[in-house]
Amino acid sequence: MTNAPLLVLSRKTRDSFHSIKEMDKVMRLSSEKGVVIFSKSSCCLSYAVQVLFQDLGVSPKIHEIDKDPECREMEKALMRLGCSKPVPAVFIGGKLVGSTKEVMSMHLSSSLVPLVKPYIC
Amino acid sequence: MMSSFSPTQLASLRDMGIYEPFQQLVSWGNVYKSDINDHSPNTASSSVIQVDARVDDHNNIIKVKRRLAQNREAARKSRLRKKAYVQQLEESRLKLSQLEQELEKAKQQGLRVSNSIPSGSITNTRIATFEMEHSHWLEEQSRRVSELRIALQAHISDIELRMLVESCLNHYANLFRMKSDAAKADVFYLISGMWRTCTERFFQWIGGFRPSELLNVVMPYLQPLTDQQVLEVRNLQQSSQQAEDALSQGIEKLQQSLVENIVVDAFSMHYPPQMAAALENLQALEGFVNQADHLRQQTLQQMAKILTTRQSARGLLALGEYLHRLRALSSLWAARPREPT
Repeated sequence: MTNAPLLVLSRKTRDSFHSIKEMDKVMRLSSEKGVVIFSKSSCCLSYAVQVLFQDLGVSPKIHEIDKDPECREMEKALMRLGCSKPVPAVFIGGKLVGSTKEVMSMHLSSSLVPLVKPYIC
Repeated sequence: MMSSFSPTQLASLRDMGIYEPFQQLVSWGNVYKSDINDHSPNTASSSVIQVDARVDDHNNIIKVKRRLAQNREAARKSRLRKKAYVQQLEESRLKLSQLEQELEKAKQQGLRVSNSIPSGSITNTRIATFEMEHSHWLEEQSRRVSELRIALQAHISDIELRMLVESCLNHYANLFRMKSDAAKADVFYLISGMWRTCTERFFQWIGGFRPSELLNVVMPYLQPLTDQQVLEVRNLQQSSQQAEDALSQGIEKLQQSLVENIVVDAFSMHYPPQMAAALENLQALEGFVNQADHLRQQTLQQMAKILTTRQSARGLLALGEYLHRLRALSSLWAARPREPT
């Protein structure tokens, strides 16, 4: 008779496993399209960033994380990736570019357009 | 002295000839009718009066003495009234000069409506701090602009000029830091532009100047520019306009969202006003003001990168002078001669 040991995980460990799952989800979603913006339906700065990309001729993929059942975990994942605020989080070519400030700075220094050029429709 | 008597009592005393405050010494003939020394109530009606020359003189002296005493009393009261009047005049003059000072300050900074500031004392303190710091900032700004003007005329070395340019840019950075603190305390105060003059408010966009407009102001003073520089400045202007447009649309969405949150559906009770969501909308405003200021700062930094040191110095001088003149225009406007209505 073999007794399989009962693996008891602490809450912290369980949470880390959880967030790994969400991290994967975020990484997967961020590569779905050339320009991906994680936002919330109530966040108007996210909307402003979206407008800017549209003005440049890009149609970004918008993920409203407040409509996602795992919203909180996704927020944590985005913060862990280096965002000071969870939304808006802008990914170009699957790589995190930053939030509103970073996007604006890049645009003023003319480094945003070259980055999104391949994705202009 | 007579204040303890009631008016009726005074009247009877007067009838009795005992108390006559403003008696006119018309003629010696009247004396017998109202003789203060004569306490007999029947004297006024008595027709036969014994005239004694010595008593007559004595009475006259007493009348004169009484008259002099009354004059002294009247003079004393007059001096007291005059003193009170002069004191009132002095106080009014002081108040007037204080009001004039306040008005002058208000004209320079634009009229501030005090009941728009929330009553929280911490908020008031932070905003008062901001106003004081901003006032110092303006003074310091004048000094730096003068330094730039002198430096450009004096043909100082590029290194020294670079240091001046950097310090000017740092000074603007200080303004944005101050505004960020004020926005935390009261974003509506900042957005209303109460801390600015009326002409500045006329051009206001999200709590300050439009970066693209400032570029327009400064452009003529940067010539001659290389072709590469012209291209880069044009790109900067376009990028700035696009960024401004994005933020403007973001704010419009915020306003729309706010309205939707507080409008009550009159016909059904299913959508009560979402006050919590509306408050979140208002909280988001601070983010927009910060982004707008970030845009202003980035525009200045980018210009400094595109331009040579000397061009940057000229640009900053032109900008500083323009802003100064805009503010001065507010004062002229406020003091303009008006036709009496």
